[in-house]
Amino acid sequence: MTETFYEVMRRQGITRRSFLKYCSLTAASLGLGPSFAPQIAHAMETKPRIPVLWLHGLECTCCSESFIRSAHPLAKDVILSMISLDYDDTIMAAAGQQAEAIIEETIQKYDGNYILACEGNPPLNQEGMSCIIAGKPYLEQLKHAANHCKAIISWGSCASWGCVQAARPNPTQATPIHMVPGLAAKPIIKVPGCPPIAEVMTAVITYILTFEKFPELDRQGRPKMFYSQRIHDKCYRRPHFDAGQFVEAFDDEGARKGYCLYKVGCKGPTTYNACSTVRWNGGLSFPIQAGHPCIGCSEDGFWDKGGFYDRLTDIHGFGVEANADELGGKAALVVGAAAAAHAAVSAVKRARSNGGKE
Amino acid sequence: MSTDSAHPSHREEAVYVYEAPLRLWHWVNAFSIFTLAATGYLIGSPPPSVGGEASASFLFGWIRYLHFAAGYILVIGFLFRIYWAFAGNEHAKQIFLPPLWKRSFWNELLHEVKWYGMVAKEPLKYSGHNPLATLVMHVMFVWGIVFMIVTGLALYGEGTGMGSWQHTYFSSWVIPLFGQSQDVHTWHHLGMWVFICFVIVHIYAAVREDIMSRQSIMSSMFSGWRTFRDGAPPIDKK
Repeated sequence: MTETFYEVMRRQGITRRSFLKYCSLTAASLGLGPSFAPQIAHAMETKPRIPVLWLHGLECTCCSESFIRSAHPLAKDVILSMISLDYDDTIMAAAGQQAEAIIEETIQKYDGNYILACEGNPPLNQEGMSCIIAGKPYLEQLKHAANHCKAIISWGSCASWGCVQAARPNPTQATPIHMVPGLAAKPIIKVPGCPPIAEVMTAVITYILTFEKFPELDRQGRPKMFYSQRIHDKCYRRPHFDAGQFVEAFDDEGARKGYCLYKVGCKGPTTYNACSTVRWNGGLSFPIQAGHPCIGCSEDGFWDKGGFYDRLTDIHGFGVEANADELGGKAALVVGAAAAAHAAVSAVKRARSNGGKE
Repeated sequence: MSTDSAHPSHREEAVYVYEAPLRLWHWVNAFSIFTLAATGYLIGSPPPSVGGEASASFLFGWIRYLHFAAGYILVIGFLFRIYWAFAGNEHAKQIFLPPLWKRSFWNELLHEVKWYGMVAKEPLKYSGHNPLATLVMHVMFVWGIVFMIVTGLALYGEGTGMGSWQHTYFSSWVIPLFGQSQDVHTWHHLGMWVFICFVIVHIYAAVREDIMSRQSIMSSMFSGWRTFRDGAPPIDKK
């Protein structure tokens, strides 16, 4: 039997006291009451580690980079050992055929019981030739692994929505995991973000381990505990938004005073993520705190929503790039001019026909 | 109100078209659309920054508050308007059910297009909306307002959060339908411009009809009575 998390932790020299701290912290970050901390501890002490196959498709590895930086020291040391990360080509010691053999081994050993963690997505065009792993299209590897897994985690915006490689015109037809045709119908949890917050990633895994099921998901398949509110809802600059105090340009007085970044294109009001509460790098900061507008990286198709520094989205499909105001303003001008011209013609016509009457 | 033939030289007939609750709704609705468009535009493009402490000002908060308040008035008004389609007179149903299946509707609509195209000499005479007006009202106003209410409540539900009725009944399905929140914002914003175009056409056509056609338009929405300048009966009456 695989070692439990607790055994792994102890083997790594982590004290029981730190272990329990970790459990309470995780319970808190999952939005669970204090009574859940012992449950988490119990699960970690008794349950075997979940075998995980971590596959990489078209991606930039920022999800892995984020994941290994999970800030709580315990998380950093433990999470990597907590799951039995059997395959992750970026961080595994094995390479080449030795590494690829592990996939088959895991599939046979834990058929129907392992988690398939997908970082990145498969391209469908040219029979998947735009992403080759060990001489075969990633698409095949993904389908094969999905056939035998218990559930799928879509890490990051690539696996969840498509992200940059699926941005228009998407030449390789990069497709998010849940939309891959012919993929085995397994439960999928999306953890979007470019990358997702490290603590969110580890918390999702902890939840799955503790309760042996996915956390509650919203309609788009994201865990509600981290994606039910917008950045805007908990933003510490929100009082400036309500007051009407905006940064107009990045070098103005408002920027120095930390005003709201709405006018310089902040996508906080339309982005569901936990950045403004969990924050990044151990709760140190997050983009808005650093003075940069949110680019909405955890939202579907965020690359195609116009400039990161524009409040109003560019609308495509009219031959020109224009936002709603430019487009609508032109339409209103045309309609207004048409009405005025029509009025003028009507007046002339009326004057003519009434000429002899009154 | 119809005059007898004592003064055949100036016969003016009249029909009571717009009942009082409907007229009240029209003006409340017009007022809320005006408020919604003005504040909505400012929500997309906020006014210049306010100085001082954040706690001393609530400018953008008030703009949004006005938008939401006017939005609620519009929603409640529209619900009343649907009720009135059943409770009111026959004219109250007109914009909800254009008789698209009737050949005569399309023929008369064509005549109305010719009238606006300055081809037809005389417009036909209606006590309610003419077919062209009915169609525009139905498509741009009725469905336009349904679209704005649904997307508007979906955006509002984002703020009230999961578990609120706005989120449960609107945000939870509208946002996935559009893809994400940003697109719902964009379409809602475009909807504002559709309404601005509608208002331009609506007011222009009403003024023009009032001057050039054979029935009153402008004063009817104040008094409820539609008066006719000639003796011929309206085509949709009797």
